[in-house]
Amino acid sequence: MIYYRPVNAAPSIVVDRLRIRRGGVVVLDDLSLSVASGRVTGLLGPSGSGKTTLMRAIVGVQIVESGAITVLGEPAGTPPLRWKVGYMTQNPAVYGDLTVRENLRYFGRILGAAPESVEEVLATVDMTSFGDRVVNRLSGGQRARVSLATALIGSPELLVLDEPTVGLDPVLRRDLWKAFNELAAQGKTLLVSSHVMDEADHCHDLLLLRDGKLVATGTPADVRAQSGKQDLDEAFLVLINEEVA
Amino acid sequence: MSFRATFATAVRVLNQLRRDPRTIALLLFVPVVLIFLLDQLFHDRRPVFQQIGGPLLGMFPLIAMFLVTSITMLRERVSGTLERLMALPLAKLDVLAGYAIAFALVAAAQATLVSIVAFGFLGLNTQGPSWAVVLLAISNAVLGMSLGLFVSAFARTEFQAIQFMPAFIFPQILLCGLFTPRSQMAGWLRGVSDALPFTYAYDALHRATALGTFDGRFALDLTVTVGVTVLALALGASTLRRRTG
Repeated sequence: MIYYRPVNAAPSIVVDRLRIRRGGVVVLDDLSLSVASGRVTGLLGPSGSGKTTLMRAIVGVQIVESGAITVLGEPAGTPPLRWKVGYMTQNPAVYGDLTVRENLRYFGRILGAAPESVEEVLATVDMTSFGDRVVNRLSGGQRARVSLATALIGSPELLVLDEPTVGLDPVLRRDLWKAFNELAAQGKTLLVSSHVMDEADHCHDLLLLRDGKLVATGTPADVRAQSGKQDLDEAFLVLINEEVA
Repeated sequence: MSFRATFATAVRVLNQLRRDPRTIALLLFVPVVLIFLLDQLFHDRRPVFQQIGGPLLGMFPLIAMFLVTSITMLRERVSGTLERLMALPLAKLDVLAGYAIAFALVAAAQATLVSIVAFGFLGLNTQGPSWAVVLLAISNAVLGMSLGLFVSAFARTEFQAIQFMPAFIFPQILLCGLFTPRSQMAGWLRGVSDALPFTYAYDALHRATALGTFDGRFALDLTVTVGVTVLALALGASTLRRRTG
C-alpha cells in the first residue's frame, strides 16, 4: 500500500543546471530537477544514465563542474548535512571482516545514534537473525541489506539509496518498498534509484534519466498519461525512444 | 574532530584485526622468530647480536605497520567504505587518529613481546632502559603507519601497495646505518641517508640500546621522527578527499 502525502513543504533537493564530467566525459549536462519532501521519489533509467553520479553529487562526494544543488536548504555536501543525509552506495560499502552488528555500531557511533537503533534498523532490513554473522560470509543480497541498514541508522531526514533492491527476491523487495513508504509517511524524504522499471509503481514521484538528461517526471499516473501506455515498462520505452527520435 | 568518532574508529579497526587471528599471530610472533634467528645466527659473535639486535626490535613495528596501513587504507579506498565515511560527520583526522591509536596499541603489544623474549631470554643487553626501546618502537610504528597511509594514495591495487615496501622501506634500511656505519658510507650515500627518516629512527634506537646516551643528538632524532610522522599524516590526510571525480 502507498501512503500519499501532499506536496506542501519546500522540496528536499533542488538541482539547478548541474553539469558533471567524469573521466573527461560529460555525464550530466544542464540537469535541473527537484525532489519533494516526505515522498518516495524513484530515480529510474538504464545503466550508465547518470543515476549514481547524480546521487553522489547530492550527498556531496562528487566533484561538480558547474551548477548548484541545494539539499534541505543548504548547499550539497556542507558539514551539517552529513548528519541529516543517509547514503547507500551501489556496491555495499561495509566492512566485510566485521559482523553485521559491529558495522552498524560503528556507523551509529559516528552519528551519535542510540545503541537501540542498531536493532531497529536490523529489523527494518529483516537481518536480525544474521546480526552476529561476519559480513563476508553473507550472500550478496544480505550484504546489500546491511549496507542499506547503515544508511538508515541515525534516522536521517533524507535517504539517498542507490539501487537498494537489486538482487533481492520479490518478497524482500516488496517488504523494503513498504518500509520506504512507511519512512516517507513519517516525514522522511527518499530518493531511490533503480534500473528495474516495474519498481516505479512503488514510488510517489518518478524521475526518468537517460544519457544524463531528464526525459520524464511526475507521478506514475502522469508518466502513463504522457506516454499513452498503461504498462510502466512500455511507457518508459516509449519515452526513451521519443527522446532518441 | 570528535573524540567519539575517533574512539569509534579505533574500536572498529581493532575489531577488524580481532576477526583476523592469523594476522595477529603473524604480527606478534614473526618478530620473535626473527630475533631468535638473529640470536642463533650470531651465536658465536655476540657483539654483532648486541649491536643490531636492539635497533631491530624497534624497527619491526615500523615495517609491520607500514604494510598493514597501506593495505588497509587501500582497501578502504577501493571498497567504497572511505567514500561512505566521507559522507558522514567524521573529520579526516578522526579516521587517521583512530587508525593511529589502534595500530599504536598493536605495536605496543608487538614490541613488548619481542622485548621480553630478547632481553629476558636471549640475553640481549641495552645500555638505556628497556622501556625506552618499547616507547621508541611505538613511535616508529606510528611513523610507519603515517608513511603507509601516505603511499596508499599512490597505489591502485594491493600488488602495487606491497611493492612500495621494497621501494620505500628497503633503501632506508640499507642506508640507515644498521649494516654499515654512516661514517663509512660514500659521501653521496651519506647525503641520501641524511634525508631519510629511518636514519633518525635507527639512530635513536642505537643511542638508547648500544650507547645509553640521551643527548642532544637523541633529541634531534626524536624531533625528526615525530616531525616526519606529522608531515606524512598531513600529506596523507590531504589524500583523503571528500569529493572525487
